Amino acid sequence: MRQFSNKYMLLYALGLAAVVALLLTAVATGLKSRQQANVRNEQMQQLLATIGVKAERDGVESVYRQYFTDELDVATEGEAPLKLYLYEKDGSRGYVIPTVGNGLWGKVYANVALADDFNTIVGITFSHDSETPGLGAEITSEAFCSQFIGKKILDDAGRVVSVAVMKHADAANPHQVDAISGGTMTSNGVSAMLADELQRYQEYINAQRKEADNEQ
Amino acid sequence: MNSNHKKLITNPLGKNNPITVQVLGICSCLAVTAQLKPAVVMALSVTVVVALSNLIISLMRRSIPPRIRIIVQLVVVSALVILVNQVLMAFVYDVSKQLSVYVGLIITNCIVMGRLEAFAMSNRPWPAFLDGIGNGLGYGIILVILGFVRELFGRGTLWGYPVFEKLGLYNIGYENNGFIIMAPMALILVGVIIWIQRTRNKDLCE
Repeated sequence: MRQFSNKYMLLYALGLAAVVALLLTAVATGLKSRQQANVRNEQMQQLLATIGVKAERDGVESVYRQYFTDELDVATEGEAPLKLYLYEKDGSRGYVIPTVGNGLWGKVYANVALADDFNTIVGITFSHDSETPGLGAEITSEAFCSQFIGKKILDDAGRVVSVAVMKHADAANPHQVDAISGGTMTSNGVSAMLADELQRYQEYINAQRKEADNEQ
Repeated sequence: MNSNHKKLITNPLGKNNPITVQVLGICSCLAVTAQLKPAVVMALSVTVVVALSNLIISLMRRSIPPRIRIIVQLVVVSALVILVNQVLMAFVYDVSKQLSVYVGLIITNCIVMGRLEAFAMSNRPWPAFLDGIGNGLGYGIILVILGFVRELFGRGTLWGYPVFEKLGLYNIGYENNGFIIMAPMALILVGVIIWIQRTRNKDLCE
């Protein structure tokens, strides 16, 4: 077998690393704008799906503008501003709250569409970075999402109690939905995400509900 | 393509199967076979990656210093996988979303490194490429069998289509077997496939 000097080996490793690094950087930079457009389009599709509107990826932007009237940044003390999307569909208005949390392998996301009472869930969509296909990744399935429709995130006193994802959930209980068999860790993550993230909107929800009460 | 070349493709499908005979790539075959669709997507991506990395390493084989060959192989495989993923993300976003979780699994798949070490380092590019295709398909065929059985009996669907519901099995008291969706069942099924294969082919028994 051919002998290789140490110098050759070192240069070979450096050379290979440089070539690969250059190649990957070039490709990543070159494709970045396309990739970001894809991500943005998908986000709009997801938001639309949350309120029950199906849109093709091409031209999703105009459909989005049709239904979503505003994006709010709710200021909070000492924390990043809370995002809120305002929609109007078939004459009724409502809000979509984006949430992010930890699943089993990576991040999980949800868009929660609320009616304008800030309480009733009218739609929800999930996405994830790397949950197990067939198990945890089933949170994106229609069967799982549709359980949430009609559930409430507030208790009678107006406190955010969210919706728990759990085993043997009582379908009649407005704060419980069934977890995914084989996807317990992901289900727990989703449950914790909804509780934590919706909690952060408590003050804003209080203020909005008070305002609505005063108007009546 | 002469008969030696054909063997490179057909051997891994049967008596030299990477999963049932070499027992490589078990981890990913547990993880992605709960349903048929991800199993097929994973099978195709691994086939592409094994074939291309075999080809590239075979082209480089005379210049690679043996003492750092493993890391060189790893760099080539990772670069290839990331490259493919970037292109998918830009042009076929949906496929890349499906693949997201597999990308890491492909890089660490023993079959890729195993074929580079065992074949590409000492063979010419064309046979190496065919060997990659063969082993990818050999891996894929097991994945598809597992995905088929697990989705059908675990959920009563195939490729998302509700087979058992349409057949009316639920009305006569059939219930899905949730255990089949769990990872251990994939191992048991692989065991069963190995058993059947060795009963039929005595050469494989130790």
